[in-house]
Amino acid sequence: MATSHQASGIQAGRLSAPEIAENFGDLHAPYDQHEAAVAADRCYFCYDAPCMTACPTSIDIPQFIREIQAGHPVSAAKTILEQNILGGMCARVCPTETLCEEVCVRETAEGKPVEIGRLQRYATDTLMAKGVHPFTRAEGTGKRVAVVGAGPAGLSAAHRLAMLGHDVVVFDSKEKAGGLNEFGIAAYKSTNDFAAREVEWLLQIGGISMEYGKKLGAELSLDALNGAFDAVFLSIGLGGVNALRSEGEDKDGVRDAVDFIADLRQAEDLTALPVGRNVVVIGGGMTAVDAAVQSKLLGAENVTIAYRRGREAMGASRFEQDLAASKGVKLMFNVMPKAIHGNGAAAEIELEYTEIKDGRVAGTGETVRLTADQVFKAIGQTLEGQPDGLEIEGGKIKVSETGRTSVAGVWAGGDCASGGEDLTVTAVAEGRDAAMDIHSSLMG
Amino acid sequence: MADLTTEFLGIKSPNPFWLASAPPTDKEYNVRRAFEAGWGGVVWKTLGSEGPPVVNVNGPRYGAIWGADRRLLGLNNIELITDRSLETNLEEITRVKKDYPDRAVIVSIMVPCEEEAWKAILPKVEATGADGIELNFGCPHGMAERGMGSAVGQVPEYIQMVTEWCKKYYSKPVIVKLTPNITDVRFPARAAKAGGGDAVSLINTINSIVSVDLDNMAPEPTIGGKGTHGGYCGPAVKPIAMNMVAEIARDPQTHGLPISAIGGVTTWKDAAEFMALGAGNVQVCTAAMTYGFNVVKEMISGLSNWMDEKGYTSTQDFIGMAVPNVTDWQYLDLNYVAKAKISQDDCIKCGRCYAACEDTSHQAIAMSEDRTFTVKDEECVACNLCVNVCPVEGCITMEEVPAGQIDLRTGKVVSDQYANWTTHPNNPSATAAE
Ligand SMILES: Cc1cc2nc3c(=O)[nH]c(=O)nc-3n(C[C@H](O)[C@H](O)[C@H](O)COP(=O)(O)OP(=O)(O)OC[C@H]3O[C@@H](n4cnc5c(N)ncnc54)[C@H](O)[C@@H]3O)c2cc1C
Ligand SMILES: Cc1cc2nc3c(=O)[nH]c(=O)nc-3n(C[C@H](O)[C@H](O)[C@H](O)COP(=O)(O)O)c2cc1C
Ligand code: SF4
Ligand code: SF4
Ligand code: SF4
Repeated sequence: MATSHQASGIQAGRLSAPEIAENFGDLHAPYDQHEAAVAADRCYFCYDAPCMTACPTSIDIPQFIREIQAGHPVSAAKTILEQNILGGMCARVCPTETLCEEVCVRETAEGKPVEIGRLQRYATDTLMAKGVHPFTRAEGTGKRVAVVGAGPAGLSAAHRLAMLGHDVVVFDSKEKAGGLNEFGIAAYKSTNDFAAREVEWLLQIGGISMEYGKKLGAELSLDALNGAFDAVFLSIGLGGVNALRSEGEDKDGVRDAVDFIADLRQAEDLTALPVGRNVVVIGGGMTAVDAAVQSKLLGAENVTIAYRRGREAMGASRFEQDLAASKGVKLMFNVMPKAIHGNGAAAEIELEYTEIKDGRVAGTGETVRLTADQVFKAIGQTLEGQPDGLEIEGGKIKVSETGRTSVAGVWAGGDCASGGEDLTVTAVAEGRDAAMDIHSSLMG
Repeated sequence: MADLTTEFLGIKSPNPFWLASAPPTDKEYNVRRAFEAGWGGVVWKTLGSEGPPVVNVNGPRYGAIWGADRRLLGLNNIELITDRSLETNLEEITRVKKDYPDRAVIVSIMVPCEEEAWKAILPKVEATGADGIELNFGCPHGMAERGMGSAVGQVPEYIQMVTEWCKKYYSKPVIVKLTPNITDVRFPARAAKAGGGDAVSLINTINSIVSVDLDNMAPEPTIGGKGTHGGYCGPAVKPIAMNMVAEIARDPQTHGLPISAIGGVTTWKDAAEFMALGAGNVQVCTAAMTYGFNVVKEMISGLSNWMDEKGYTSTQDFIGMAVPNVTDWQYLDLNYVAKAKISQDDCIKCGRCYAACEDTSHQAIAMSEDRTFTVKDEECVACNLCVNVCPVEGCITMEEVPAGQIDLRTGKVVSDQYANWTTHPNNPSATAAE
């Protein structure tokens, strides 16, 4: 018999398999052909289009939408993928409401942008369903490049380098490629194992060999790589997490949101994944929203996001906040964790109200207690395991515009590198641009 | 509420919306439904001579073009005249006219171009009690090959001759339906008038191939691997039809000849425009075929609302009102100067006006770093392209430069005198101005 919402503690099987399937289906259903034609027809084919400027990978949006409108989505996909080889994933995960769609002139005009993300998905899905890979490799250059980290930044760099004729070896400490596409992104954004299918499709370019279970700092060293390869690209993401530094943080039931999400993404059967009855998520970014929403979708009865600043300061966009609210997640602002109470396992969380004093968060002394058998920490990821000798800036590997680090022959991009927002699409852009710079420095 | 009662050739109908001769008026059943929905009149689907009726294809007979959301913009057909027996049609017409005395019932006819054929059919039609006849000289496919339809309509002498026969053997009004598949519609209209025709109706459908099936390499609709040209109608043909109506309305030789306008009428406004250009009423086919007979309800409410707003009490008040303002290019005032003006409050910064003007016109729109678009009066020739491509209605307007001000493009003071091409110094055959 299925466990109900009300069963206390961290339990599996709160919902039936059909309910789980329903909850974790596509957040935005894919367009069918007619819907795509109608949506594409709304695009004005702007001159020097603002949407294109807002896209971190600078996809020629009016061009690809016009190709959809004229009935050849495969060309549209090529237009997208030329700029952004992970255009399929980006179509699903980009916070378009703060990127391309935010500046769409139809957003300005009527508060209803052209649905660029969904159109992008329509195009890329059409191409991928044909099982074709639209790019071929240039003649071999004889140059070898090491890429460390198979997330979006690493995959994007590897693909571009392979296409330009270099031989690429991608190392990853995990046993699977994709980085946070595979282990982090909310399940309802990347359904039907899309992350893995996309990697498989991307590797069809050839010239990329994947080496799993190879960790920089353990099996690999930067010096050795720098010696053995003509260039090295580091894209190791942010492996560490910030600590809460609250009393009771070590109690059972308290864990990092990213670990919970990774378990969720890898679970064969979500009905077997345990979740608390009363879940509290600490944080205000995308990770906090994803942990909260997915807890709710697994059948948690009460889920609260506790964020220490006001709504406007939240890292998660208004769209994400509203999504959480629509799934029944409660958003609490201006509260910070003080202590987690419970006998061995978490039972309650004590939150203190906050105010902003001179730009800093300070407790007011007033507290409130919430029942909490599970507490997720989502207060930010940090760079971890970066090799010595690289200059660090703001907690990240310092890079130039084109991804050069302070060490010759070593480039970096994605979340681990300075500059840009921590987004899939930014990682793709940085990987691609570093690859172009590596290419010109190797061939130049 | 304005009274929409319209008298056309002395035939009264409660509104100026008639169904054109086509499938909607093919038989008693349809026509009764049409009258119940409120149509003012019908032109019965074209009748042929006695004897075995024509046959239609048994494959698809329509093709179409659509907007993005499948809004039908143009329809094409390869249907022929009625494929039911003459007797059946005449019986039905008689019954319907008897039951709906207040509605117009016109009988469309197409028989071979021989006096005997017309002489034979006309008394039978007269006996139905219908209000008049319409001569189908327009059908561009199937019948033309047999020497009827547009094969007659393209030869003014035939039009005149057949119209004369009709006037001879039939006592009620004769409307001559014109084909647009000619170079100058004034000639067939003049012929109709010369033959004694009481009115012209236009347009019939336009020769067309609406699409090509690129897999089977055949025009559509495709029947057994082949296709043929069909007749084009619907919203897409309205501009062509309006020009033809206006040409006849302002031709001194046919001015005043009653016109029943046909071609793409879909809403009240289409009808009002045709009527402003001189049509006494309108006929509708595609709109009814697309949406059903209830479309007439919007036409009725829309036209009477508009008439109320304008203070018109009868359709007579505005019929032909735009005709005096249709002129030839050479008489347009070359001293009239306008400039495009962009309303910054309405502009959504899409840049379409810029692309259009910069790439294909006069480089008269400036685009700033922050995407502010402004018109350079010193370059603007007032071509209106930016207005037409701007997605925001009313955002770009054409502002007249008042007389006495300097046109920054030419550096000349705008004159308050009318001057046209006929007197322009660049015109080699200019006649000196008085
Ligand atoms: C929960 C969550 C939800 C998110 N949702 C969104 C979203 O909806 N939309 C969006 O745009 N962005 C989202 N992001 C951000 C986005 O996932 C990242 O910005 C993006 O994945 C960064 O790509 P990357 O390649 O730099 O790093 P990652 O994706 O983190 O990939 C790094 C790779 O390096 C490997 N690695 C790490 N250390 C080593 C080492 N020492 N040696 C070898 N390999 C190593 C890892 O195994 C991993 O495969 C989300 C992030 C999280 C955590
Ligand atoms: C399927 C079809 C059949 C038609 N048959 C006739 C006909 O028999 N006689 C005729 O005079 N016109 C015929 N027409 C032309 C219409 O009466 C009308 O002139 C033309 O469709 C333009 O009007 P619309 O744009 O409102 O459709 C036909 C049109 C269509 C679409
Ligand atoms: S801004 Fe909007 S309308 Fe303009 S090109 Fe981009 S998607 Fe199309
Ligand atoms: S009216 Fe013509 S010339 Fe003037 S700004 Fe518009 S497009 Fe350019
Ligand atoms: S076309 Fe219209 S909305 Fe677009 S930039 Fe020009 S004036 Fe503005």
